[in-house]
Amino acid sequence: MLSPDFVGRVYPGVGAHEIRASAIAAFADAINDDHPAYHDANAARSLGYLDVIAPPTYLVTIALSESERALADPAFGLNWSRVVHGDQRFKFNRPVVAGEVLTCETVIEAIKSVAGNDFVTTRADFMDDERTLVASAWSMLVVRGPDS
Amino acid sequence: MSRRAFDSISVGEGIGPVWYPVNREMLIAYANASGDQNPIHQDEAFAKSVGLPDLIAHGMFTMAQASRVLTDFAGDPGAIIEFGTRFTKPVVVPVGPDVMLEISGVVAEKLANQRIRIDLQVTCGGVKVLGMTRAILALA
Repeated sequence: MLSPDFVGRVYPGVGAHEIRASAIAAFADAINDDHPAYHDANAARSLGYLDVIAPPTYLVTIALSESERALADPAFGLNWSRVVHGDQRFKFNRPVVAGEVLTCETVIEAIKSVAGNDFVTTRADFMDDERTLVASAWSMLVVRGPDS
Repeated sequence: MSRRAFDSISVGEGIGPVWYPVNREMLIAYANASGDQNPIHQDEAFAKSVGLPDLIAHGMFTMAQASRVLTDFAGDPGAIIEFGTRFTKPVVVPVGPDVMLEISGVVAEKLANQRIRIDLQVTCGGVKVLGMTRAILALA
């Protein structure tokens, strides 16, 4: 069972994440999404953005590695081989735009144990270079107990 | 291209259904683009060794397919200000023909500040694979 003492811990991110147009395009291709706002800077400008914007689930590419780092804390004792993604939620103050640099801070928001399984909710906060919150991503991971 | 107008939308308006394919090549491409290289999405023997029926799609791949419906509806992907889902059942991806996701939605609620709530249904082979899939969109 995971210790509820970890709730509220904040893990600063590994540094700056530059949002590249090429990475947005590659992600959009990988989800089979040809929306022009992801691929064509002029189309994105026609919607009022400075450059192509990222699909809604793009930030998971950063949140995943950041939360893996946070939860890799040996004192926490999470067994990744028993982890299943339970739910996921995003909240945006604005879309992510190519060319900007974001930092990501991960907070362990909740830990619950039910019927031998642990439920860990992390929140990743994405800030721009003025430290303004751009978006948050909540991930609930289920750590299956030894008997399930 | 423009952001859809709030006044043009009524509660109860349906979206789709649309059908999107999933196959193993797509899961490899998604693993590479997202950085999620968990072998349960690429290595059949490994997936079976941990008790899964076969390879399964990344939950986030399936969620991204649902996002396509929202962004097509909104016109502007930046209209999506909240988006959440539960991963109810895995999308199993055997060798062979594409597996099809069926996605449909409904405008569930009109909110203040030109916002709407859309609820999506996402199934694969008749099985509900995502649950409580909801988005808030800010329209023009």
